[in-house]
Amino acid sequence: MDPGLRRDDAKPMNHQRQAHAYLMLLPALALLVAFTHYPAVATFIDSFMSTPKGSKPPSFVGLENYRIMVEDPIFWQAFRNNLWFALATIPLSVGLALAMALWVNARLSGQAFLRMAYFTPTVLPMIAVANIWLFFYTPTYGLLEQIGGVFGLPSHNWLGDKSTALGAITMVAIWKEAGFFMIFYLAALQGINPSLREAAAIEGAGRWFFFRRVLWPLLMPTTIFVLVNAVINAFRMVDHVVVMTRGGPDNATSLLLFHLYEVGFRYWDTGYAAAITVVLLGVLASVALAQFFLMDRKAHY
Amino acid sequence: MKRLNHTFAKLATAVASASLIASSAFAQTTEVPFYFPVAVGGPITKFIDQFAADFNKENPTIKVSPIYAGSYQDTIVKALTANKAGTPPAASVLLSTDTFTLIDDDAIVPIDNFVRTDDDKKWLNGFYKAFMLNSQVGGKTWGVPFQRSTVVLYWNKEAFKEAGLDPNKPPATWAEMVSMAQKLTKKDASGKVTQYGIQIPSSGFPYWLFQGLATQNEVILANEAGTQTKFDDPKVIEALQFWVDLSKKHGVHPPGIVEWGTTPKDFMEKKSAMIWTTTGNLSNIRNNAKFEFGVAMLPAGKKRGSPTGGGNFFIFKKATLAQQEAAFRFAKWLTQPERAAQWGIDTGYVAVSPAAFDTPALKKYASEFPPATVARDQLQFAVAELSTHDNQRVAKAFNDGLQAAITGSKTAEQAMKDAQREAERLLRGFK
Repeated sequence: MDPGLRRDDAKPMNHQRQAHAYLMLLPALALLVAFTHYPAVATFIDSFMSTPKGSKPPSFVGLENYRIMVEDPIFWQAFRNNLWFALATIPLSVGLALAMALWVNARLSGQAFLRMAYFTPTVLPMIAVANIWLFFYTPTYGLLEQIGGVFGLPSHNWLGDKSTALGAITMVAIWKEAGFFMIFYLAALQGINPSLREAAAIEGAGRWFFFRRVLWPLLMPTTIFVLVNAVINAFRMVDHVVVMTRGGPDNATSLLLFHLYEVGFRYWDTGYAAAITVVLLGVLASVALAQFFLMDRKAHY
Repeated sequence: MKRLNHTFAKLATAVASASLIASSAFAQTTEVPFYFPVAVGGPITKFIDQFAADFNKENPTIKVSPIYAGSYQDTIVKALTANKAGTPPAASVLLSTDTFTLIDDDAIVPIDNFVRTDDDKKWLNGFYKAFMLNSQVGGKTWGVPFQRSTVVLYWNKEAFKEAGLDPNKPPATWAEMVSMAQKLTKKDASGKVTQYGIQIPSSGFPYWLFQGLATQNEVILANEAGTQTKFDDPKVIEALQFWVDLSKKHGVHPPGIVEWGTTPKDFMEKKSAMIWTTTGNLSNIRNNAKFEFGVAMLPAGKKRGSPTGGGNFFIFKKATLAQQEAAFRFAKWLTQPERAAQWGIDTGYVAVSPAAFDTPALKKYASEFPPATVARDQLQFAVAELSTHDNQRVAKAFNDGLQAAITGSKTAEQAMKDAQREAERLLRGFK
């Protein structure tokens, strides 16, 4: 807009409106600052301080906490575990969600029941889910054992074996997440104009072609939203680890957030815990930013 | 400067006495916030609320308000967080092994501070010695034993009969445990095990159950000062090898990590004929097992042995003096023989004093249900639960080592050497 066109009397009015706007924003802003921004900044500062012991106040130690982190083998194991966990849960849960959404979006009998069935895991609290899966994985009489037994498969202690524990934990997360993401895809699919499908059919486009060239690009904004959530969840989900394995056996299922909890609230090493938090925040922020900036360009809105 | 100090001191005294008068004049009752965890089955909160209500009725100047705070872990998180914020509870039940952590954090006061009369002294000396081991550090008593337990062996009498064993004779030694377990291990046609002979849980806190094996092999895992561990002692490695071999060599124990939480269930589902678990599961198993079972002391290696476990009653330093005194009276009241006996009957925890076992109520209960006294009889062989400075971290290093050996990713020797190295690094600052 040409600044010359601006009416002079609009200025004081603007001020007033701005004040109004800020007043309106104030409650939410105060909450955000008190419970999100201030803790984040305080954590960043604390990560350069020593852990207070008894009556000894914390003192500035520079990068000491970060040095401890680099030398902590359990941190690196949790980091590696978390990467594998993320690499498996994100594509699988998003892929599954899309497949389920396409499936229940089609006209078929029992559609409402199917949608509900797929969504159920999302409604259940993670603690309950973890306890259910604990039973699935129980050796000798768990559900997997019973099914395996019918086919004559050997018994296996899924959560008690270092090589399968992380995979077992990952399965639970995928099962829990897919239904949630499906809802977003389903909503997006319902919003797509049916005339597009008709037009494609008239043009003789196959179903795969229609999906690849029409549906997928149109679903892109949803995919970005879902992906961001999936990434955050991959680093945020920890309830099932607490219930099912407590990070064991021998740290095979320790994830970053779980390790952070142990350091912070079992060992009371608050300085080191702050350093891990900063790293975790950094990872999440950079991934989310990268996703928004890189993938946003490919999205059709 | 001196004069100023003097004036200031006078002023402070005046203010303090004024507030003292004020508090005695206006606040008739002393509030005692009391955190407690729930770690076993049963309506624990109901019992505690009842205790508090009865105590408040008898002591109108005190108001104990019990606050259910989750598991042991949740409770210490809440108590220490509140303490760091300057508003701790007046008292809390926490793991006895957290004593060093609480002392290092300057969070608690010794119980001795409040022991004045002969009656107080008699009361403090009345607990089982085994329970006091985890309560005393540096000649002071820091916690009052309240909900304490030990590890015991449960065995399925029906399974013993089926295997041709005497259903009334549990294993008394390691060798017997292995040979009995071999007879008790059942396989189906395809060679898959349908019932294991023995099961010792190893998830979460394997160190506690392992401590039974170590003690039986005549080795103590840490010194009393909590500054030195002996994880790489040959006897420790030997005891761990025995545990590993139960599965690897003898095939009588499930492979991999055995979940603590499902172990009682495995027993009730007849998937394991013998299990090691806490006495705290007694009421649960008694109410749910559909077969006759027995409870025995853990078998002897070179000797018998078991760690104690469970929670002590602690008094917080930042509480006011009046609150601390009131908390002390509550602790003393809670552990009087009749109440300790009732608590033991209701929960399955071991009543904390010999006097409690002499009460008519507990005598009657024990005659109807003999397993109730097994844990007490084992106390003479009991040792302190593993507890050091920076306890959770040291225990974690040890747990990781145990799990590494059990899952086969390290040899017993390598696992214990690694755990010891880590423990030494952690304890450097406390020597």
